[in-house]
Amino acid sequence: MTVGLVLVSHSAQVAESVARMATGLSGGGTEVPVAAAGGAPDGGLGTDAGKITAAAHSVDRGDGVAVLADLGSAVLTVKALIAEGDELPPGTRLVDAPFVEGAVAAVVTASTGADLDAVAAAAQDAYTYRKT
Amino acid sequence: MSEASSTGAGQVIDTAFLRRWFIAAASVIEREADRLTELDSPIGDADHGANMRRGFIAARTAVEKEPPDTPGGVLVLVGRQLISTVGGASGPLYGTLLRKAGKALGDARQVAPEQLAQALREGVDGVAQLGGAAQGDKTMLDALAPAVEALTFALDKGAGLAEALSAAAIAADEGALATVPMQARKGRASYLGERSIGHQDPGAASSALLVGALAGAAREGTV
Repeated sequence: MTVGLVLVSHSAQVAESVARMATGLSGGGTEVPVAAAGGAPDGGLGTDAGKITAAAHSVDRGDGVAVLADLGSAVLTVKALIAEGDELPPGTRLVDAPFVEGAVAAVVTASTGADLDAVAAAAQDAYTYRKT
Repeated sequence: MSEASSTGAGQVIDTAFLRRWFIAAASVIEREADRLTELDSPIGDADHGANMRRGFIAARTAVEKEPPDTPGGVLVLVGRQLISTVGGASGPLYGTLLRKAGKALGDARQVAPEQLAQALREGVDGVAQLGGAAQGDKTMLDALAPAVEALTFALDKGAGLAEALSAAAIAADEGALATVPMQARKGRASYLGERSIGHQDPGAASSALLVGALAGAAREGTV
């Protein structure tokens, strides 16, 4: 079981950095396919549906893809693409999770061979981690 | 096209009509892009004009290059282009509006004004659902919802298509202006709290332009 992860941010740097960080913290389990989809079509801040679609297909191993998005157009574009039905691989799910903490939780969980439900639950559960 | 664009009872809306809409929409968005970006500067991230210009130029190119042969097909194509190319929240929102409306029209080659009104209503409902917004939140819905209401009301009263769409355009303009005193409850502007008051919502402003372009397409067809 290999669940893929896509990170959608308004910033290409944020998406790529969080992808590297989550992968770096994932430990020694199964290698998890993680792809960043950051920035607008013109390279500035924003969202690029084409990048999201390409990223989702690149990490799809047939066991589902978890998508984490930061805010605004990133979230809405993922939702619109999922509503399309045929743009993203079957079993692609937008996960309601904090972007950085959720990405780490998702990669660590996916590296244990967990299924999409478990990966999504772990990412969402990152909301409950209080810092004070 | 001439019989499809005639006035009076039995009016039909065809592919050419919707192509006219989006060609006019691209022109008005190009013309007004700077104003949209200006509106987006105090309460947004100052990219609405550029985003909309990029999206609608791509949509116009797609419609001109490979024109679909049904009105619903045109709406779906433009919606898909906007989701792909706008780069801001207005992309998935307008894209969802048009794709939902297009799917509601199905494969019919011509549709009646009432069908277009109903399809647009479903599209606007889709926008509300996707954005989790309601009227009064200072969003594009504050222009779109009154426009659909005015369109439906005018058609119910027996108005012709051009007249009913003019009423919709006026309602959209008024709705956009009515966002000025509102406090934003959705999107980036909502972080500004009370400081969002006193500015027109850029999404409502662009919605009014699009409804205006639709009314223009109907007037053009009656000449």
